Amino acid sequence: MLIFEQSRNGRVNTAQQPAGTKAVSDIPAEFLRNDKPLLPEVSEMQAVRHYTRLSTKNFSIDTHFYPLGSCTMKYNPRGCNSLSMLPGFLNRHPDSPVNMSQGFLSCMYDLQEILKDVTGMKEVSLSPMAGAQGEFAGVAMIRAYHDAQNGGKGDPERTEILVPDAAHGTNPATATMCNFKVREIPTNSDGDVDIDALKQAVGPQTAGIMLTNPSTLGVFERKIKEIADIVHKAGGLLYYDGANLNAILGKVKPGDMGFDVIHMNLHKTFSTPHGGGGPGAGPVGVSERLIPYLPVPMVTKVSDEYQVITEKDNPNSIGRLSAFMGNAGVLLRAYIYARLLGRDGMQRVAEYATLNANYMMKKLEAAGFELAFPNRKATHEFIVTLKKQAKELNVNAMDFAKRLLDYGFHAPTTYFPLLVPECFLIEPTETEAQDALDGFIEAMIAIQKEAETDAEKVKGAPYTLPVRRLDDVKAAKELDLTWKQQQA
Amino acid sequence: MPFIPHTEEDVKSMLDTIGVDSIEDLFDEISDELRAEGLTKVPEGVSEMELSRIMHERAQQDSRTLCFAGAGAYEHHIPAAVWEITTRGEFYSAYTPYQAEASQGTLQLLYEYQTMMASLTGMDISNASLYDGASALAEAVLMAVRANRKSKSKRIFMPRTVHPAYRKVAHNIVKGQGITLEELDFDMDGGFIDPESLPKDPGDFTALVIPQPNYFGVLEDIDALTNWAHEHKALVIAVVNPTSLALLKAPGSWGDKGADITCGEGQPLGAPLSSGGPYFGFMACRQAYVRQMPGRIIGRTVDLDGKQGFALTLQAREQHIRRSKATSNICTNQGLLVTAATIYMSLVGPDGLSKVANACHNNTVDLIDKLEATGKAKRLFNRPLFHESVMQFELPTDQLMDAMSAKRILPGVDISEDYPELGNVMLVCATETKTDADLQMYADLVIDITKNS
Repeated sequence: MLIFEQSRNGRVNTAQQPAGTKAVSDIPAEFLRNDKPLLPEVSEMQAVRHYTRLSTKNFSIDTHFYPLGSCTMKYNPRGCNSLSMLPGFLNRHPDSPVNMSQGFLSCMYDLQEILKDVTGMKEVSLSPMAGAQGEFAGVAMIRAYHDAQNGGKGDPERTEILVPDAAHGTNPATATMCNFKVREIPTNSDGDVDIDALKQAVGPQTAGIMLTNPSTLGVFERKIKEIADIVHKAGGLLYYDGANLNAILGKVKPGDMGFDVIHMNLHKTFSTPHGGGGPGAGPVGVSERLIPYLPVPMVTKVSDEYQVITEKDNPNSIGRLSAFMGNAGVLLRAYIYARLLGRDGMQRVAEYATLNANYMMKKLEAAGFELAFPNRKATHEFIVTLKKQAKELNVNAMDFAKRLLDYGFHAPTTYFPLLVPECFLIEPTETEAQDALDGFIEAMIAIQKEAETDAEKVKGAPYTLPVRRLDDVKAAKELDLTWKQQQA
Repeated sequence: MPFIPHTEEDVKSMLDTIGVDSIEDLFDEISDELRAEGLTKVPEGVSEMELSRIMHERAQQDSRTLCFAGAGAYEHHIPAAVWEITTRGEFYSAYTPYQAEASQGTLQLLYEYQTMMASLTGMDISNASLYDGASALAEAVLMAVRANRKSKSKRIFMPRTVHPAYRKVAHNIVKGQGITLEELDFDMDGGFIDPESLPKDPGDFTALVIPQPNYFGVLEDIDALTNWAHEHKALVIAVVNPTSLALLKAPGSWGDKGADITCGEGQPLGAPLSSGGPYFGFMACRQAYVRQMPGRIIGRTVDLDGKQGFALTLQAREQHIRRSKATSNICTNQGLLVTAATIYMSLVGPDGLSKVANACHNNTVDLIDKLEATGKAKRLFNRPLFHESVMQFELPTDQLMDAMSAKRILPGVDISEDYPELGNVMLVCATETKTDADLQMYADLVIDITKNS
């Protein structure tokens, strides 16, 4: 039942209203609304019950193993939430002067320092609000850098961004937003970038390359130094998509791999909540030559006082990308997480995430599942391809995914990366215990058996969730995007 | 080990299964020259108990303030239930509802949210959120360029009464795509865009941005501005405050035909001030433009048994399908804030939101009266306003700010840097959270500070 269907005209929650409010009398009628917006008229308890019940229809990290590849669905410590929601943090207005802001700004400054250390970059700006905005900031900085070459006359020939075909969709979409042409670079059969193809693709038109390492194929790009040299020699810059930073946290620093600019997804690596689709946070770090272009605001420390850096201080900055300082509350959670982990804990993240992934990979392989890259070690994630099942049993990756839900596991990422057919991208993360991994593997084996003996059962899944498989075609063809009163 | 469950025995058995001797062996594809030498600036880890003390001390430094600042971030009462439910693990620790059957809670909530926002704005449809108000305006500009196919100029008229940070963000995000934002200046008496001042022969332009209320808190002449844009075959992008929409005319009813795209900052709907984020951007539009909309959209459909259910829809617009041809690069948005906003709107209802809007307006008018009564401040613009006002003080604003902030009071936002022609001014706001005593204290302090300066 929708909240609107529980609504009754005239039901009012007085406990949540300012008392004794007089109606406005000094605004001319031409400016005023004369209809009642369609907001629910329900009691406080009805609202609480409705949304509590809705919450129980979700799978989440707190309720289920959630090995959604490339999303790093690790445990979100509760302490990070409660300490970031202390009244002093929640009630601080973003335009507060520095003398009312030292507590918050000190956390942001410390977080910048921590992120510089783990990435090996020279300077960090926290302001981008999600990975995709971090990408935008990074590519905009690459553009600003090229525009400043040749004594400020710029390098207008550099119109292309190279993107491996395995990249996240946000990479090419971002390059387009910054008015670059996108040229795809193929991947070889071992999952590495095809170096010959790269050599042929670079040239005076190359502005840069966007790379994820480990790549979305769940393997470490072994020739990263060579790639860096090729692109740098051609005059291009290297962009590091930090989506998979969890795999190498504290073990390898993107700065050491030769990257000029990187973004981090704090809602992945630093365990801030995914929130049903955000908020994220996508800080960017840069090498020496891109420091002038970093987005503002940033935080600095001048003789024991934390201060805010704005466009005025950094005139070559690509500017601000949010009204204030990005997703500040998310940044606080990331800071708290980093402090709880500390320097040793941070390296263990990569170690145990990698251990869990390799363990699952080996066990699934032993159970007869086909790996996309059987000759490679897994990083923090790996790919299983179900193309044989699709061909021989007519049970595809989507069917396996839906059936896993019945077994109480959130499905891995399906059909991404696009170049591996019928794929599962599986990322267990470091916070899962061996039992959970074994449970998932047993479920996969059981589903395989079902697929062999009763394919229709798998194809009809799920059976035990609030709804069965949904009609996506109808959703797109007969658009129903808002509830209408007359439907009641 | 923080948040890692493995015992030594677990590790041993797992390594045996893999067939390696140590965890280090799992990293042997990474060449030695790339291996980091360790972290130096990350502090040693601490327990939650120790960190709790540190964080309480830091939060304390910024605590116990009285806030008369708005300028895009507004202090409102947030019912306790909003964040108690929003931070339930099932909402807090889920992700984008890619597996619809396992995400019906989030999906239904988003469908309800879309319904509420469409109605509040008077538009046909709403998306499921963007990052914040400023970036939502940037996305609205990009969307207008896609939607208004008849216009080739990519010129957008952007009044200077739009939030300065929003204008900067819009510029920073759209400039790469050959779009120009042309400023429209405001009337110095009214603090609004005087329709009489609009160019008689503006040439081809793609869209006009109309803020309501505008950055100064002033109400724009929305009907005349909307009709002017439509007469010139341009689209209208409304930038609105959602609280105000319980009181003010919805963009869908502006002028003869209504605005085409509406966007804004969702923070007033249940998000705490929290140093500027996380908030959420909202965006709504006419049905005709739905395929140009950026971001996630939820649709209602049926399952195999014909039972109602909800799913992400129109995904062919999005980056994970469309890649370089997507409507936007946005992926992760602000789901959790929309969860809070939906619960907030359900708890206050139409009557409650209207009471909040009325109380904000009345408190701000009372504050203006009390400040003017001191003889040390005067209201700058003579037009009707919503819940903010530009006040000119006898004292230099930096002096006022220093003296008030020393008493933990934020008197407003000094906007003289963005509007040097206005002189010594502060943008002040009094929401429903302020009492008569708060307002009087502000006025009394202005007298004291001016006297002692």
